[in-house]
Amino acid sequence: MEEGSATAKPRRATGRLCSTCNQRKAALKRPKTLEQICRECFYRVFEDEIHNVIMDNNLFKPGERVAVAASGGKDSTVLAYVMSELNRRHNYGLDLFLLSVDEGITGYRDDSLETVKRNEIEYGLPLKVVSYKDLYGWTMDEIVKTIGLKNNCTFCGVFRRQALDRGAALMKADKLVTGHNADDIAETVLLNILRGDIARLSRCTFITTGEDGPIPRCKPFKYTYEKEIVMYAYFKKLDYFSTECIYSPNAYRGFAREFIKDLERMRPRAILDIIRSGENFRTATSTKMPEQGTCERCGYISSQKLCKACLLLEGLNRGLPKLGIGRARGTNGLNKRVEQRNLHSERTGSSIESKQCGTLDF
Amino acid sequence: MHLTLEFGGGLELLCQSTKIHSVDVKPKPGQDKLTMRDLLVWVKSNLIKERPEMFIKGDSVRPGVLVLINDCDWELCGSLDTELEEKDNVVFISTLHGG
Repeated sequence: MEEGSATAKPRRATGRLCSTCNQRKAALKRPKTLEQICRECFYRVFEDEIHNVIMDNNLFKPGERVAVAASGGKDSTVLAYVMSELNRRHNYGLDLFLLSVDEGITGYRDDSLETVKRNEIEYGLPLKVVSYKDLYGWTMDEIVKTIGLKNNCTFCGVFRRQALDRGAALMKADKLVTGHNADDIAETVLLNILRGDIARLSRCTFITTGEDGPIPRCKPFKYTYEKEIVMYAYFKKLDYFSTECIYSPNAYRGFAREFIKDLERMRPRAILDIIRSGENFRTATSTKMPEQGTCERCGYISSQKLCKACLLLEGLNRGLPKLGIGRARGTNGLNKRVEQRNLHSERTGSSIESKQCGTLDF
Repeated sequence: MHLTLEFGGGLELLCQSTKIHSVDVKPKPGQDKLTMRDLLVWVKSNLIKERPEMFIKGDSVRPGVLVLINDCDWELCGSLDTELEEKDNVVFISTLHGG
């Protein structure tokens, strides 16, 4: 990676020195610590912190085959770069590869996949692409044609989550890593509180999830600020793709995101504090939690007879695309009662269910 | 004053998909200095063609937009009060796009 040339103009009284090395000019203010730090010290501390998170949480074992979920966006691009770097530097002994999902969104995913293909060459990590068309028989373009622009993000989010797991299984991966950062996790804690989703609230701050399933997934950037990820990508001139999904209205999550960013401006630690709050919530033993089982059609983990993806797919294939939209907490998503409840909950405005936009699928 | 402005992370979409703009900005009448505060007003009315709320909130950039002046985080050089100088390079990057 070529590093951007420092435009060293020795003027402006504010050219302060790095608080770590006291030699070079500071290049950024770290949101986590408010330290002013130069580029070189920033690279080191950024990478070391992620290494420490990996070690402290025993995220990997030597010899494991690890899929890096790669969308071509900033987080996954930096994740692929840093994982490949740390694996080499600290001899993790991991067999890394990039895993991308092609949702079939013309003008969005086809462009970002080009970015991932460039990453494949630059970072020397093999790439595997799994498509919605192959896995489900439908592209997102076709789904939107059928259901319109309401709830499309629900389909996309549910399908993507499974696509990553299935792609990882197909490629015989032992683990999946995703680029979810501290800002994403703080945002998800808030959203789960706002939705009263206690099961997800307790899960969403885990650094590793699905350890009882076939492919555990983990988040090495759990404590990494988005600002630092973007600064790292900028200074290292990493090639990433940054166009909003053309189908994403994303209002509710967008609102939570903006709220988090406002808090961060006033007090940058707020992001870590929200994560800590999320980690320390304890669910009362009297709270009824959904039971985890497996989908009787595809075997994927599910709290109901059919997993959400199979339910949504059933709706699409039967011409009832509203099937599975809304919150079904019954035992069987296919019976009449639940269907009615779903329709009802949609009428009463469960537009918040169209949440799983972008790459955020907890 | 001659400046180079760069938009990234999706912000370029607000200014006709052009990332780098070479511009000439004059201080407000009666003033000899140009601050970042003034520059943001100028950018909003001269370069941003759509959805200005993605770029500006109040009199500053929207939270989540990073600003670098000559490759230095603007939070280290005075944010809105930073005085710009001839040939400065100002970069705006949105962090608000998916990852």
